[in-house]
Amino acid sequence: MKPRAREILRVERLSKTFGRVPACSTVSFSLRQGEVLGIVGESGSGKSTLLRCLAGRIQPDEGKVLVASDDHVVDIWAMDEASREQFLPTTASLIHQNPRDGLRLDISAGGNIAEPLMAAGGRHYGSLRATALEWLEKVDIEGWRIDDLPEIFSGGMQQRLQIARGLATHPRLVLMDEPTGGLDVSVQAKLLDLLRGLVRELGIAVVVVTHDIGVARLLADRLMVMQRGRVIEEGLTDQVLDDPHHPYTQLLVSSVLQV
Amino acid sequence: MITSIKGGEAAIAASHRLLAKRRRGNPAIVDLSVDQIREQLSLAVDRVMSEGSLYDPGLAALAIKQAEGDLTEAIYLLRAFRTTLTRFGHAKPVDTSAMVVRRRIATTHKDVPGGQLLGPTYDYTHRILDVALMGEAGSDDLSDLDGEGAEKNEGRNRDCMLDAAACALTRDCGVLARAEIVENARPDEEGKVADITRDPVVFPSRRDQRLQSLARGDEGFLMGLCYSTMRGYGRSHPFIAELRYGDVTVVLSIPELDISVGIGAIRLTECQTVHLTTRDGSLPPRYTRGYGLVFGHGERKAISMAMLDRALRSAELGETVAYPAQDDEFVLSHSDSVAASGLVQHLKLPHYVDFQAELQLLGQMRADYAERHADPGLKPVAGLAPIMEAQGGD
Amino acid sequence: METDLAFDDDDVYSFAYLDEMTKRMIRRAILKAVAVPGYQVPFGSREMPLPPGWGTGGLQVTASLLGRDDRLKVIDQGADDTTNAVSIRRFFAEVSGVATTERTGEATIIQTRHRIPERALTEDQIIVFQQPQPEPLRRFITEEAVARKIHAFARYGVMYVRLYEDISRLGHIAMSSDYPVVVNGRYLASPSPIPKFDNPKLHRSRALALFGAGRERRIHAIPPFTEVKSLDFADYPFTVQRFEACCSACGAQDSYLDEILLDDGGRRAFVCSDTAYCAERRGERTES
Repeated sequence: MKPRAREILRVERLSKTFGRVPACSTVSFSLRQGEVLGIVGESGSGKSTLLRCLAGRIQPDEGKVLVASDDHVVDIWAMDEASREQFLPTTASLIHQNPRDGLRLDISAGGNIAEPLMAAGGRHYGSLRATALEWLEKVDIEGWRIDDLPEIFSGGMQQRLQIARGLATHPRLVLMDEPTGGLDVSVQAKLLDLLRGLVRELGIAVVVVTHDIGVARLLADRLMVMQRGRVIEEGLTDQVLDDPHHPYTQLLVSSVLQV
Repeated sequence: MITSIKGGEAAIAASHRLLAKRRRGNPAIVDLSVDQIREQLSLAVDRVMSEGSLYDPGLAALAIKQAEGDLTEAIYLLRAFRTTLTRFGHAKPVDTSAMVVRRRIATTHKDVPGGQLLGPTYDYTHRILDVALMGEAGSDDLSDLDGEGAEKNEGRNRDCMLDAAACALTRDCGVLARAEIVENARPDEEGKVADITRDPVVFPSRRDQRLQSLARGDEGFLMGLCYSTMRGYGRSHPFIAELRYGDVTVVLSIPELDISVGIGAIRLTECQTVHLTTRDGSLPPRYTRGYGLVFGHGERKAISMAMLDRALRSAELGETVAYPAQDDEFVLSHSDSVAASGLVQHLKLPHYVDFQAELQLLGQMRADYAERHADPGLKPVAGLAPIMEAQGGD
Repeated sequence: METDLAFDDDDVYSFAYLDEMTKRMIRRAILKAVAVPGYQVPFGSREMPLPPGWGTGGLQVTASLLGRDDRLKVIDQGADDTTNAVSIRRFFAEVSGVATTERTGEATIIQTRHRIPERALTEDQIIVFQQPQPEPLRRFITEEAVARKIHAFARYGVMYVRLYEDISRLGHIAMSSDYPVVVNGRYLASPSPIPKFDNPKLHRSRALALFGAGRERRIHAIPPFTEVKSLDFADYPFTVQRFEACCSACGAQDSYLDEILLDDGGRRAFVCSDTAYCAERRGERTES
């Protein structure tokens, strides 16, 4: 099946089981350019496994992950590893919950942004540096910190740097795993603002996995609620959150409202 | 009927006699003298002195004989003897610039002031078994290498005990003399030197404590760690600026009499490495140093020590500490062969009390597991039942 | 091809030390390395009578190449008279009986550590490098499996990070030897710890270049006339070392120089590191 012109990602009946535990069961959805899909659920609901299947990190047992390239659509798990490793880094970026997983702490902030650009063939120092500066500015990190090691950055700055590194290659698809997890509330709010701005400005397709209904409400256009590896409810964010149908969704929503 | 094995006094005595018998080997073969070990297995003697932290070739040779050539055991023997010695004073730091050099190489330049002195080394031997050594006492006449005026060796490869040029080496020669690009070898800020044999090392450690620990550390362990830095696990861009081996005088100061006296000469191997260092904050890029010093002739150990000294300065020099060789607690806590050998071999001691306790725990855990997983296949295992049942059983 | 039988029955060791089966195994690895330029071919490295790290990779490659008509040159730091070069040359003279030479032009096989001769090599020559670490990524990536994937996918961003970091911290690329190259537009490779001065000599060299890493059990090759590009950026192009001095023995201005410390007061002189080149130049001067 061929996704429509602006469809970036289509997942078809994706399943993954660890031992006897099904992490994802026959999950299907599609995502278009400029759209943000939130996946919510408790930890253990399978949302992070799903994200890793989309990012090419965990091979699903069944199902397809179809991603749009320049002129055609590829099933990333039907490709050989070499082609997938060629295709994915320039197409999709994975933003980890812990910025330490997505950054090299022993190289400078600028080097972190430049690395994926260089892996994609960037061979002009001046323009790499200019791009790095531009992205630091976009994520509210002052330019003079370009040569600092991220080791000495605060958690919020590290996360913003990871986002800059992930977006600088202009991926079509951005996959975020609890991007505000581990940050304190005021820093979270600022980061969410930044993400919202960037997503709108760049018109990229985003899948954001979170257990935080607040994050989902602020970022996502559509929501998918997962429980025990299954999608139990999906729809426009406002719809799902204001009028939850499934009892589990109702529980999720009410628990956040109590706080 | 079950009988437990009782204190093996007789067994221990018999074991010691068996040891003595094995140590002697075939009585038809002439007994190995301590003098022979000292003279003909001198590198083993040097290692035992170095890691045993006691400079006494005769006792080290005895330890090797007693330990049947097990150097780790011999080192332990020497250490155990060392603790019985009274400390009657402190020697002044040995002056390695006044070393009577037997071997001296610098790798950063083809030629350096004072010259390259190859001396005795296996470096350029071909590792081919020399069957000639199988025979009775070698007939090679080596007298040309002895004594005064008898030097016939040509070029730089002379044994240079009496070579005036070699004696005139400064402490920092060659590249090390270039103060503009090599950091100063600076004394410890506090001027007080630790003594790890009297005061325990507390982490984070100081460089003097590290150097002392490394000096008595196990050669194999230190070499493995040093090797790891060279294979990417904490690279430090090393060059051996200088490696020298020879004799130095030990000078003892006697405060009561306000004099210093030379009490004898010891043989040492000293290694100084330089490492390109660019990350260190406000200082310009330059070479920093690593230092190694061991008793006797022990180049492998001296180099490993210098490399690790430098690796363990990573934090001080602004480098990321990410690998074992850069972690002082890891390196120092595990480098002592006496401690390591002791704990590793203690596994041979009886442990049946704690094993019984663990067996009970395992029984409990398996019972719980079977219950949780409703796994009928997981039967209680004989011997894993609580001890009371076992006693009441048949 | 040599056989055990062709060598004196009295000798304990085969011609050129290694037995014929081992040499055949190494030759197969060499053929594969030549077929895939810059790719590190694993091979069953053997213990040699010289210690690993002192050139056992080069030694095994040379041993597997030597025939009775070969003429071997061995250099270390560019010089024929350094202890290690003398030791290796003597080794091969003993175990193979082949002729040796110090003249670059006369040699059919040149085993080297840390230099490429100044005199351009020819189609009839093979240069064998002793290589301590064949994996250029090892300085950043310690896990072999990860490094192999980076090679397989040719995603060398991490290597360029090093260049980027050098320029942003120090203003230039701060690698002076073992400067990594891309071979035939595909594999990132280490040229062994030669000064980067020598890198351009690898580019479209007429001689076959073989790199033997005994301790790490890898062989890689740069076949004749192969493109060899030293890593750089478009706006920070690769450059080689230049010396302000010329050789104080032969006056050469185009050679790599050794610094000789004359005293601890800072007096020094410079001479050619390639002793054969220097000697030939001096010979020519005195003849003319």
